Amino acid sequence: MNFNPRYHRQVILPEIGTSGQEKLNAAKVLVIGAGGLGCPVLQYLTAAGIGTIGIIDFDTVDISNLHRQILYGNSALGMNKALAAKHRLEDLNPDITINAYPEKLTTKNAVSLFSEYDIIVDGTDNFSTRYLVNDACVIAKKPLVYGAIFKFEGQVAVFNYQEGPTYRCLFPEPPKAGSVPSCSEIGVLGVLPGIIGSMQANETLKIILHLGNILNGILFTYDCLTAQSSSFSIPRVESEVSKAIANAKNFETIDYDVFCGISKISEINARDAFEMNNILFIDVREPHEQPKIDNLNPDYVPLGQLQQYINKIDKKQKIVVFCQSGIRSKKAVEKLLEQEFEHVSHVKGGAMALYEFQTIKEV
Amino acid sequence: MQLTIKYFGMLAEATSVNEEEVQTEVCSVSQLVKKLKHQHPKLSDKNFKIAVDQKLVDQNYMIDSKAEIALLPPFAGG
Repeated sequence: MNFNPRYHRQVILPEIGTSGQEKLNAAKVLVIGAGGLGCPVLQYLTAAGIGTIGIIDFDTVDISNLHRQILYGNSALGMNKALAAKHRLEDLNPDITINAYPEKLTTKNAVSLFSEYDIIVDGTDNFSTRYLVNDACVIAKKPLVYGAIFKFEGQVAVFNYQEGPTYRCLFPEPPKAGSVPSCSEIGVLGVLPGIIGSMQANETLKIILHLGNILNGILFTYDCLTAQSSSFSIPRVESEVSKAIANAKNFETIDYDVFCGISKISEINARDAFEMNNILFIDVREPHEQPKIDNLNPDYVPLGQLQQYINKIDKKQKIVVFCQSGIRSKKAVEKLLEQEFEHVSHVKGGAMALYEFQTIKEV
Repeated sequence: MQLTIKYFGMLAEATSVNEEEVQTEVCSVSQLVKKLKHQHPKLSDKNFKIAVDQKLVDQNYMIDSKAEIALLPPFAGG
């Protein structure tokens, strides 16, 4: 390898040397998500001279990202993050290859994409993608450098490395949808993803360089308010690993949103219901339930009788279902979707919410 | 015996403490969790894993001596 002064300060470390730099140059790392965690990961891996770096992110840069997503400035606002990150990183280090994938990571593209890289770094911000990434790493046999944050605390671990545990061995079940708030809902101190992402970059470099003690099957936690850190060992659970392996057969058809309990049912607000045209409204409550929402002129079909009723309806008909509070109507929508109705949604909050707006309209 | 219980992430918010001491007889992890949920009802709908002396354990693990217990919730943020 030719002498490159860019890497001089790390090459003079006897633990790295020119042979270490050659390993870095030959390495291929894919970073999932170019957000709070992804930015510092990408910045340090690029600066260190990882030969090939992939960045996948479908999202665009928003001004509220800038306090922590340090690769972007005002000039990147509105740009796709993978492309904006590539643009910035090519200036930081033009000697490496950076592949930007401005798209969503899905079960359709994950395994083939992962196969092109040596190490996968998880900088995503939701549970369904985290389980998808874990399973795709198991299927493609790639180590996973995990990082996650919550307010002032962060977690780092290396999974699926040298027969070690997987993310499922740590958290077998996804938490109930909506029970763990995200950074956008609850906030985050900008420097925290900087610290946790830098640790992910560090683990990635150690794996490539065979240096030090890797957090293989160790959950490292850090609290930036107390500056306390802890490490917990995670045993490998074969039954959990085999769940990921079992998903290999029909991986492309698995819906990780459904696995994580995230509803795909489209919802409309009560206010909007009164403004819609050419809609078939269906009230799936029992006949005695009040108040009636006569302004919408709905068909009255209790949930138990829905099946007989829908046999008579055109599947292209736009349908909005409601019940008392919005729970039975979701079940009705699921039933309609199962039977391939194309345009079905339900009213959030049901008749109780509708009644409020009906009364306002009458006044 | 005395156990030191450490709460992480949103669990510290749910219990309003980062750490507390709990007196208990020899018990399984699931029995301890039941006791903690009784003490802190807001833990009931939370998802977490338990570590005993820095090692993650399952629900059947028996806690039979003084130990440090950590309740670790999943984080999704990135």
